[in-house]
Amino acid sequence: MSKPEPQLTPPTIRPVSRWNSVTTSPHFVYVLIAPLFLILLGYVIYPFFQTFLQSVKADGSFSLQNYSRFFSLEHTANLEALWTSVYISVLSVITCGIVGVGMAFLLERYEFPGRKLLSVLVLVPMALPPLIGVLSFEFLYGSSGIIPRGLQHLLHLEKPPFTLKGIWGVLVVHTFTMYTYFYMTASSAIRGLDPSLEEAAANLGANRFTVWRRVILPMLTPAIVAASLLVFMISMASYTAPLIFGIERTMTMQIYLSRTNGDLDMASTQSTLLSVVSILFLVLMRWYQGARNYQNMSKGISVHRTEVKSKAGRNTAMVLSFLGVLVLMLPILVIVLLAFSEDGKWTTQVLPPSYTLDHFKDLFTDSKTWRPIANSFKISIAATIGNLLFGVAAAYAVVRMKFKGKTLLDILIMLPWALPGTVVAVNLITAFSEPNAFSFGQVLIGSFWILPLAYFVRHLPLIFRSTSSTLMQTDRSVEEAARNLGASWWYAFRRVVFPMALSGILAGTLLALVEGIGEFVASILLYTNKTTPISVEIFQRMYAFEFGTACAYGVLQIVMIILVLYVSRKLTGGNAGSAI
Amino acid sequence: MIGVTLDRVSKKFGAAKGVENVDVHIKPGEFFTFLGPSGCGKTTTLRMIAGFYYPSDGRILFGEQNVTNMPPNKRNTGMVFQNYALFPHMTVFENIAFGLQVRKQAKAEIHDKVTRAQKLVHLDGYGQRRIDQLSGGQQQRVALARALVIEPNILLLDEPLSNLDAKLREETRQEIKRLQLELGITTIYVTHDQSEAMSMSDRIMVMKDGVVQQIGAPHEIYNRPVNRFVASFIGESNLWEGTVERLEGGMVDVRVTPDLLLTGLVENASPECKLAVGRKVTLSVRPEAIREAGPSERGEANTMAAKVLLSEFTGISVNYIAQAGPLSVKAMFVGQGHRMRNRDEDVWFAVARDSIYFLG
Repeated sequence: MSKPEPQLTPPTIRPVSRWNSVTTSPHFVYVLIAPLFLILLGYVIYPFFQTFLQSVKADGSFSLQNYSRFFSLEHTANLEALWTSVYISVLSVITCGIVGVGMAFLLERYEFPGRKLLSVLVLVPMALPPLIGVLSFEFLYGSSGIIPRGLQHLLHLEKPPFTLKGIWGVLVVHTFTMYTYFYMTASSAIRGLDPSLEEAAANLGANRFTVWRRVILPMLTPAIVAASLLVFMISMASYTAPLIFGIERTMTMQIYLSRTNGDLDMASTQSTLLSVVSILFLVLMRWYQGARNYQNMSKGISVHRTEVKSKAGRNTAMVLSFLGVLVLMLPILVIVLLAFSEDGKWTTQVLPPSYTLDHFKDLFTDSKTWRPIANSFKISIAATIGNLLFGVAAAYAVVRMKFKGKTLLDILIMLPWALPGTVVAVNLITAFSEPNAFSFGQVLIGSFWILPLAYFVRHLPLIFRSTSSTLMQTDRSVEEAARNLGASWWYAFRRVVFPMALSGILAGTLLALVEGIGEFVASILLYTNKTTPISVEIFQRMYAFEFGTACAYGVLQIVMIILVLYVSRKLTGGNAGSAI
Repeated sequence: MIGVTLDRVSKKFGAAKGVENVDVHIKPGEFFTFLGPSGCGKTTTLRMIAGFYYPSDGRILFGEQNVTNMPPNKRNTGMVFQNYALFPHMTVFENIAFGLQVRKQAKAEIHDKVTRAQKLVHLDGYGQRRIDQLSGGQQQRVALARALVIEPNILLLDEPLSNLDAKLREETRQEIKRLQLELGITTIYVTHDQSEAMSMSDRIMVMKDGVVQQIGAPHEIYNRPVNRFVASFIGESNLWEGTVERLEGGMVDVRVTPDLLLTGLVENASPECKLAVGRKVTLSVRPEAIREAGPSERGEANTMAAKVLLSEFTGISVNYIAQAGPLSVKAMFVGQGHRMRNRDEDVWFAVARDSIYFLG
């Protein structure tokens, strides 16, 4: 028989049951993803839109008055702030780029004494909670810092030889805390560089300089551009460094000041403008990542490290890497040291004169000092549970389901991450200072729940990203195999999908938890006396000159972050799918 | 044992057509193969049978039961995936036991069945191994055991051998065929490898661009291909164009080149081919059907002189690509005590009448 067989009974499509016909409909997926969009609508878009509305309203009617006030040439505070923010960010990108890419090349391409230690410690700045990082610099290099005073003492000078303050302070702190973005992207790009490409170029007659100019640099451009955009965005959003170094003319500080002065219209206007810049950069970054990709296809890459052989070279390398280790470790060391110093005793000495263990005891025994820790944990855990449910569901939907609006979902989740924490806080204030449907008819401002909500929104992408990157690495046919063997969707999710994505889910969850415990920027605008989280408490203790207690909190935060970084590195085998 | 009926099944992906109007009845216990180049719709059809896609049109029946819109987990089919899709976080034992646990069978029973399944695929003693501690061939057998242990109504195999090396592929091929015969299970096999399809199947369905080209036993498909695509996709073939000159007494003469007239049998025409004087037809001649013409035959009917362009000795056979006037000829001589010709030498070919097949 070579002809197709005769027609069977005419096809009448009768679904097995009505329920099946609903669940097998190609539109059923929209029922499943609707809650995700609803959450994003309520807690990301609606607050954002409310802020925008407030910025274009004056006395209840539409007006651009706020914007003309912002751009007015008579009171240039706002324009100055915009200008300062931009030029600090540009300078930050340049300094971070030089340090980060330089470090990446040094550590990936050269072998010298101390390289291994340095390549571990190079990521230390990531372990510093934002507020603690800035404070440690103030303690170390500030106008009454240990290093300037120590040098003054040692060299018997009239005045400290240098102090870190103002814009320079902000810039140094930015460089220290943000060069890691350049370092990480550049070092993975360098590791991905196939040495045979350089060999091929050399074989074709290119000299060392030409190889660099024509092969290596172009291959690194995507990494460098991506990191530049990222650092620019984060610098624009930076709030803690300007706060501590007293630079009031930056966008984030202006928003904070407008808000504390009760000028919510202006705060909304400033927030809207800052958001526009951030979103612009987010879009630019995503477009660029899509447009250029030099992922290396060749296999069996072995990076060849040049050994520093000459005696002078080895000695210089040794001294420099010792200095590097010192600079990287000092911020943590100084926080630990100060955590043991007695409050109020350190005035003009180089180092605190007297030490005690009391701060650590108090942390866990004194109910007044324990309260912020309990608060932070409560807020962070509540927010993380939300993030966990949302993140896993959204990641599964984006990776495994087919629906229109997937890119929109992806962008909406990334949006809160691009928005400065200050802006997120202002958005929530404008949206939830009155009862509405998304707050279940409650006024959230001034209540406990505004903080978990802010943390939830800020850390929205963390679990989503880590889960979706592990899901993408696992083959979908594994889930199909489970279904084929008779497992219901839920059974397959429970026994197969979830366990396989567990490492990513866990890494993201821990990260969200620990970020919550270190959160400062949004908290400072939203906390009440009953809900003070750790970072805000640190800030207040600093102002009360209780350095010891403040640093003891800081040590607690650092220990937790290091623990989480270590665990998640173990979980994901080194390539943590973090929100970077 | 249960049969599978695809009743005029079509599948569209948006505007793109996946599969068009597949209409076939697979008999209980049959080893049935979907064969075609990549993108021909064979995997789509298999996935509709497994329940991962639902047809846009038509019905799928298991025996008498309509399963068209039944979710995959209710169908009781055992599928072996191209990349095996083993659960990496479970041991070999847990992988094989998964389907039985879903069916809530007793622990002791599960243990018995899994042990038996392991024995069946020669993996006894491997129960506690992790998946990444197995070789490709072993992983393949775990996937097979996992699909068989649930005693499925139908076994679905999606290019299960494509990730194995050549030697292992042959072994596993025989292993799968042995298991299928022992268990007598209705099996649907998807492959793009025609020799795999030929050696294992009871029947083959050849597909191209989502459309079924031919359904039949391997020898039918090989010897009586319905069109040029099937003739060239299954094995090698000489496809020559010609014009029918005479039609008489069950014989047909076709003028292929001005110098060459080939005579064949009318009964060797494909159903798609209408033989009539003056019509253009395509002739299909298998390379191994061409033999060397003896000195006495040369110049007679169905013989031709050719010049060797390329000759290769493969051990089993001598293969030629030769030029006979404007005609390119592929020929294959197997153990004929034949003296191998080199490039530019002349050779005489003879084509038997009953080895010419007429295509549309």
